[in-house]
Amino acid sequence: MTTVEPRRPADAPSRGTLPGVLRLGLSRTSLELRLFFRERDAIVFILAYPVIMLAIFSTVFGQDGNRVGPPPGIPYAQYFLPGMVATGVMLSSFQSVALMIATERDEGGLKRLRATPLPASAYFLGKVGQVLVISIGQTALLLLLAATAFDVPMPRGGAWLTFAWVFVLGTATGTVCGVAFSSAPRSGRSAAAVVTPIVLVLQFISGVFFVFNDLPGWMQQVASVFPLKWMAQGMRSVFLPAEAESFEVAGSWQHGATVAVLLAWLVIGLLVGVRTFRWRRRDDG
Amino acid sequence: MPTSPLAVEVAGLRKRYGDRVAVDGLDLAVRRGEVFAVLGPNGAGKTTTVEILEGFRDRDAGHVSVLGQDPATAGREWRARIGVVLQEARDLSEATAEELVRHFAGYYPAPRDPDEVIDAVGLREKARTRVRLLSGGQRRRLDVALGIVGDPELLFLDEPTTGFDPQARRSFWGLVGGLRDQGTTVLLTTHYLDEAEHLADRVAVVRDGRVLALDAPSELGGRAARRAVVRWVEDGEPREVRTDHPTRAVAELAARSGSPDGEVPGLQVLRPSLEDVYLGLIGDAAAEAQEPVA
Repeated sequence: MTTVEPRRPADAPSRGTLPGVLRLGLSRTSLELRLFFRERDAIVFILAYPVIMLAIFSTVFGQDGNRVGPPPGIPYAQYFLPGMVATGVMLSSFQSVALMIATERDEGGLKRLRATPLPASAYFLGKVGQVLVISIGQTALLLLLAATAFDVPMPRGGAWLTFAWVFVLGTATGTVCGVAFSSAPRSGRSAAAVVTPIVLVLQFISGVFFVFNDLPGWMQQVASVFPLKWMAQGMRSVFLPAEAESFEVAGSWQHGATVAVLLAWLVIGLLVGVRTFRWRRRDDG
Repeated sequence: MPTSPLAVEVAGLRKRYGDRVAVDGLDLAVRRGEVFAVLGPNGAGKTTTVEILEGFRDRDAGHVSVLGQDPATAGREWRARIGVVLQEARDLSEATAEELVRHFAGYYPAPRDPDEVIDAVGLREKARTRVRLLSGGQRRRLDVALGIVGDPELLFLDEPTTGFDPQARRSFWGLVGGLRDQGTTVLLTTHYLDEAEHLADRVAVVRDGRVLALDAPSELGGRAARRAVVRWVEDGEPREVRTDHPTRAVAELAARSGSPDGEVPGLQVLRPSLEDVYLGLIGDAAAEAQEPVA
């Protein structure tokens, strides 16, 4: 076991060129995806969770043809779909990234990478690629389930453009905030205990599990500070009929405010992330 | 790039954490192609020193040059020329050794062949096993595989065999010896004396952030610490003498033994082991008590 090929001349001045950032980013994405699908927790609590929730909520609340809002109303499955799409984006970006990085840091994985010539940009590019693939796949699953099992009509024309920017902005904000938040838990093991309650509370107050209009005013105001409420509202503007706009609390889809809040969190996440990101554990100096 | 005969040069290195001085004016020079061991008790400053050399930590003062560059500012090209095996890592448990070695090879401009690396560390049979199912020793070999797949000129091994059983340690030593034979410079920290003695061309004994002694394992501590001890029994009393000339001492004893066959009762000639020298260097009072000086 001790025989290794003789080395090439060790001190040759040129040892080839370093691989490019984009290629390394793709290679990271590929590895991260493979590892994601080997973690049962990740598949259940990040990928499948909104799909399961959509099925349960639509079935339970949609019994006997129940509808949401002023008559004729919207079928429950159609009302819940936008919230579940928004939740999925948050899970696949924010929760997944925060947990993964906290764990990698705690287990020494980040430190190992730091000792290699892998540039930081390629590491983060790999995360972005992984998040994009998972969240696109997850959204496709949600839409497929909604369209086939619950007969939710799919949006047409310009609504897909709205879908695209809400999805991209939401994913970017969630990923960046996930990187920033990954430094909050003390250890990898405590990460789930710190991240999951935040995500769960946001789901309850942001109009994902309950009709947003039915929540107390103060709760609506708290939710308005955080991105999930705006992502859900943006997705409602994609999947609900035009008449539903008047059913919103503000009486409007508020696209301008949605962009502003998501961008604000994107910038906050970037600033905090750049300042707090560490390759080593806190107790490692 | 002009090639210095030294892979690592450290002069006057200092590092403190708050009130605690971890490294206190440490000097080292590691020659290209040698296996260099930094030996010392826990808390001696070994890991801090090595992590400064690896570019993980800033230093407070001192000159550091690793492969001709300052690790504090060196970039990707420099990282491609070193290999780092950290003290403990529990990451990547769902991956397999084979996919990790292939993946990490892609980080480097001129990597080794991943299959050869897997063979070299003896993980061929476990190449497709999830990392979490590997034993501690196998996991460590994978760490080494990921450390050498970039074909580094200089490999850092931080306490590589802690927790190994004797057989795994032997086989790991064989692996490191093989790397040295092909010209890789190895800087390893250890608190195992037998490891330093077996592997290292030169050893630095470190305590309280300073180098107490630096030499080949067989020369460490100098002549005084290397003196032989001759023991015998005379008049029913155990006697002992430390000497540079044990043969002469024994001849003299035989001459005055008085017995017809020249036998000296209870004769022993002892050479101090590296452990004796080491314990003497770091001032272990308990060890002094076990080795009373006549």
